[in-house]
Amino acid sequence: MEKLVTHAGIAAPLDRDNVDTDAIIPKQFLRAISRTGFGPFCFDEWRYLDRGELGMDLDSRQLNPNFILNQLRFRDSSILLAGANFGCGSSREHAPWALKEYGFRVLIAPSFADIFYNNCFKNGLLPIRLPRDTMRQLINECMTQVGYRLVVDLERQCITTPSGNEIPFEIDTFRRHCLMNGLDDIGLTLQHREEIIAFERRRLAGRPWLTYNLQD
Amino acid sequence: MSRTLYDKIWDDHVIREEADGTSLLYIDRHLLHEVTSAQAFEGLQLTGRAPWRTSSMIATPDHNVPTIDRNKGIADTVSALQVATLADNCRRHRIRLFDMRDRRQGIVHVVGPEQGASLPGATLVCGDSHTSTHGAFAALAFGIGTSEVEHVLATQCLIARKSRNMLVQVEGDLPAGCSAKDLVLHVIGIIGTAGGTGCTIEFAGSTIRALSMEGRMTVCNMAIEAGARAGLVAVDETTIEYLKDRPYAPTGEAWEQAVTEWRALHSDADARFDRVVEIDASTVRPQVTWGTSPDMVVAVDGTVPDPMDEADPVRRDAMMRALVYMGLAPRMRVIDIPVDKIFIGSCTNGRIEDLRAAARILQGRRIAKSIKQALVVPGSGLVKERAEQEGLHEVFRSAGFEWREPGCSMCVGMNDDRLTAGDRCASTSNRNFEGRQGAGGRTHLVSPELAAAAAVAGRFIDPRDMDA
Repeated sequence: MEKLVTHAGIAAPLDRDNVDTDAIIPKQFLRAISRTGFGPFCFDEWRYLDRGELGMDLDSRQLNPNFILNQLRFRDSSILLAGANFGCGSSREHAPWALKEYGFRVLIAPSFADIFYNNCFKNGLLPIRLPRDTMRQLINECMTQVGYRLVVDLERQCITTPSGNEIPFEIDTFRRHCLMNGLDDIGLTLQHREEIIAFERRRLAGRPWLTYNLQD
Repeated sequence: MSRTLYDKIWDDHVIREEADGTSLLYIDRHLLHEVTSAQAFEGLQLTGRAPWRTSSMIATPDHNVPTIDRNKGIADTVSALQVATLADNCRRHRIRLFDMRDRRQGIVHVVGPEQGASLPGATLVCGDSHTSTHGAFAALAFGIGTSEVEHVLATQCLIARKSRNMLVQVEGDLPAGCSAKDLVLHVIGIIGTAGGTGCTIEFAGSTIRALSMEGRMTVCNMAIEAGARAGLVAVDETTIEYLKDRPYAPTGEAWEQAVTEWRALHSDADARFDRVVEIDASTVRPQVTWGTSPDMVVAVDGTVPDPMDEADPVRRDAMMRALVYMGLAPRMRVIDIPVDKIFIGSCTNGRIEDLRAAARILQGRRIAKSIKQALVVPGSGLVKERAEQEGLHEVFRSAGFEWREPGCSMCVGMNDDRLTAGDRCASTSNRNFEGRQGAGGRTHLVSPELAAAAAVAGRFIDPRDMDA
């Protein structure tokens, strides 16, 4: 996993609540069996006027000029300022895959849906929760200042605005540690292999129904 | 110390806990489907790892299988590859698969309970958010992403943090004509789509106890629509009765032992919840969503809300955007909204009881001429078989419905079953997001009874008014 210690980049606002995973990556792209190739279809139904399909010619697509991320000033953004309950809906990890491949490294919102929040950390994407009032202020500044650039420091757990304002944020120690070091958490878990085996033995002993295998 | 049902199941599965609360949680049961597993199996292969315990795993393709003639296979080559990949992975690792030609195939959240594989006190995961469904059996069940699918495959564990405890206490009798779907939409309307975020919701009270297992599954299924990763219902006689003699359920002495253990699966009388919501079931009316989020919901005898009445500007904007997308005007009566398409099915309402409820309304009736398409998609092959034994398929067909093969179908619109732009659908599914059932499609979430009634009337109508 790509590590993240500090990140500086252009911020873009997506000022609406309940942006769901169907909006982030529509269902037709979920038929693929790879982890890549979703970036061009991120926010597909909002971003383009034509309907997206896997394997289509990307150069001929018609951008929706009214979608905020299509504005020239936000084209190279890597930090998304979003609304509450961002990433609600399905568990599809295609959503963080698409956002990451689109170019985002940091997502900032008043709240995230639980599964999506988890999925971000598995993919080198940092979701940050900030109070609604602080979000409002960031979005206002982002809308009014061209080239609005934030510096996100995961080690110090703070965001620095262009005016030098420092905004602290909270994050779990374990998730922060994994993201800062780009750790594969399966590898970490398997360090406890013996403990898992011992636990499993106790758990399954006397509960044969947990291990039934249907015969044909 | 007194504990909630969630506390008990959680405690039973914690292998180790770090100082910051990050825990290693043992997973008893892992359900798999085609959409979120391929990349996980690929990950295993790339790292040279093997599945930890294949007896915990059951797989079935559901999201993008066709619901028409299966003998032709899957016409769409991209979907066909995904389904074939699941079969390959299951074959390679000797994982039990109910494939498209197996009569037990179906929506993974219908198949698990039906097979008796979703058992009380177990931890159960699946790469699908509606895994919350299995909480109806007092299993701690929640959806996970593909990286977590890989993690569980490789380690039989999940790295997790404990959620907060939330109790939704529902007391009293549901009015006639109101079902579990109306109840859960009513709850979501009150607490909102983020009302349960960070929580496990236990549904309790006399109303929940009076529900069948099918009804409880409908309620827990939509816990995720309230933001809660997991829903739970305590074990009682209804739970035990449902599980008896199911293929994966224990038998003989093991059954007696299991039942004794399961009966203890309820919250202690004085258990403390972080949040409690009390609902009077008698106030529930048949529900219809009007917007693009499941909490945008009103009673069928109500009106579409006016954004101008909303004080919060972000919510007002969302309401206005939803009205534009849905092609509705503020203050119009719900019963004046015409519908084009009907979808009865999904992991929310694709079980036998749901089909019976819809068929009762449709008996001796025809769908309105204005209805462009009406689909019934049973939740599994066994649900379909049972319905056919009861003659329900004839009722649906005579009424003008298409009787399909099992799968997720138009709930998620990954196969050919989807809305076209502008179609307005009365749907028994779980999400009314923009484009959910097809780009530009307009979804109104309703109960099976209401979907059937809307099919006959060509517009929304209180199913109770159909008897007149």
